[in-house]
Amino acid sequence: MNGTQEKRRGWSWWYLLFLVQFVAVLWPPFYNSAAPYWHGVPFFYWYQMLWVIISAVFTAVVYFATRE
Amino acid sequence: MQDVNWVALGVFVALFVFITWLGFAAAHWRKGDLNLLHEWGLGGRRFGTVVTWFLVGGDIYTAYTFIAVPALAFGAGALAFFAVPYTIVIYPILFLAFPRLWYVCHKHGYITAGDFVRGRYGNRWLALAITVTGIVATMPYIALQLVGIQVVVGALGVSGTGFAADLPLLIAFAILAAFTYSSGLRAPASIAIVKDILIYITAFVAVIVIPIELGGFAKIFAAVPDAKLLLKPPTAHSAGEYGSYATLALGSALALFLYPHTLTAILSANSGRAIRRNAAMLPGYTFMLGLLALIGFFALAAGVKGMPEFAAGFKQFGNNYAVPALLLHSFPSWFVGVAFAAIGIGALVPAAIMSIASANLYTRNIHREFINRNPTDKQEAQMAKWVSLVVKAGALAFILFVPTQYAIQLQLLGGIWIIQTLPTVMLGVYTRWFNSWALLLGWAVGTFAGTAMAVHVGLKPTFPLEFAGYTLPGYTAFYTLILNLALALILTPLFNALSARQPAVDETAAADYRA
Repeated sequence: MNGTQEKRRGWSWWYLLFLVQFVAVLWPPFYNSAAPYWHGVPFFYWYQMLWVIISAVFTAVVYFATRE
Repeated sequence: MQDVNWVALGVFVALFVFITWLGFAAAHWRKGDLNLLHEWGLGGRRFGTVVTWFLVGGDIYTAYTFIAVPALAFGAGALAFFAVPYTIVIYPILFLAFPRLWYVCHKHGYITAGDFVRGRYGNRWLALAITVTGIVATMPYIALQLVGIQVVVGALGVSGTGFAADLPLLIAFAILAAFTYSSGLRAPASIAIVKDILIYITAFVAVIVIPIELGGFAKIFAAVPDAKLLLKPPTAHSAGEYGSYATLALGSALALFLYPHTLTAILSANSGRAIRRNAAMLPGYTFMLGLLALIGFFALAAGVKGMPEFAAGFKQFGNNYAVPALLLHSFPSWFVGVAFAAIGIGALVPAAIMSIASANLYTRNIHREFINRNPTDKQEAQMAKWVSLVVKAGALAFILFVPTQYAIQLQLLGGIWIIQTLPTVMLGVYTRWFNSWALLLGWAVGTFAGTAMAVHVGLKPTFPLEFAGYTLPGYTAFYTLILNLALALILTPLFNALSARQPAVDETAAADYRA
């Protein structure tokens, strides 16, 4: 397990994708509005639901990019 | 109360009988020697990516979540949706910090956060603080799961007086206690699969069928009062609901994986890689949680609160009755049975994991550390099995004899308490820089200040912090975590300088924290 591979599992620039999703969903001024509607759903709700999907994709990207 | 809904009750009971059988049969699943604590209490660390997904999902998205999040949307509106950003930002945290914890725990045979802290810092008092915090924060959580069962059993029309009124809960408790005792973590892991399938069916059917019945999303959102549709924006003197929303989401996310039950689910994975994969797959549940929050709005639009047949339910359970009432109103009886069973079973899974996690903590970090230093493997596992019963009996007594409101408030305080273990546990997987006594003092001050602040505002989750006439309402747990961290940062160099003794030996090495 250790010893054979001395490469440190340290920082990866891909982790910045995580920062993007933190900012996108933790800053309410970005999304606290009713318009634009999507099939009758106010922006506040569909924006955050959309970010659920985007964040899952980002995490998968980071997983594959940082896999050894 | 309305009459007993026999069809729904029949389906409900049939599904409960099935999972009871499954819970006992689980003892033979990926068979191990259940006389070893890591076999009983961690499923032998043998769960792969998929089972871990169900187990962690069963842990986070509990019966109480399914009742309470829509109820909050029903009552308070947009603020309830903080559950979505909360369950978005937990996964990067899971991805980065917790595989490291898994590796070190695997390497050294740690079963609890207390084990890790004892090994990392060599300070038994710090380990005791982490352990007690974990147990105390978990107890009211178990009690709340039983509240979830109470609400759906009430909605099925089962009622009575005195002993008969509590009988359904006693039966559910007996089932839970028996299969947890005999099968350990394998029981909730196998039942979680059934529970999640039922919950997914319920959520998707509800989100597709009810809006059609109600005439589309536009009509549903039109029925939500303007004040509830969006967050209250900031004014010249206050940050409005923005600060609460963001800090509730971030603070809850930081706290979540510090709970003993979530940690138990993570440590039972068979590899660090399974945890990373789960960080990408678990948002599947978050999506469902968002849909469930919307069900609170469906209940508003359907106007269930004004319907005479539900008046008694709302009187007894408050807004927690919104979801059961909506399901009763919208679906045929047999499907109501499926949905209610999903919620009821959704209570048993986390309750089982929580009692196992508390039992592991007591056995390893209190009994072994302070009472019997050299138990045999069998004694240790037996002790944990007994403690799991005691913990559940405590939660049951709490629900039967104390008003439900207290359990909710204690669970809220539990969030404030558990987050105080973050510097020790979560930062501990990255660095040993902190002085263990500084961490202990930070923990103590954070716990005390958080409790005092919560009591001061009448046991509400947010505290209106004031700076020079500007109010910044925010999650009390988040504010007190900053205080705790600041203290640990300032006191560490101070304590290191004042102490003549060498710091205790760290039994872990840097290489133990990765694959």
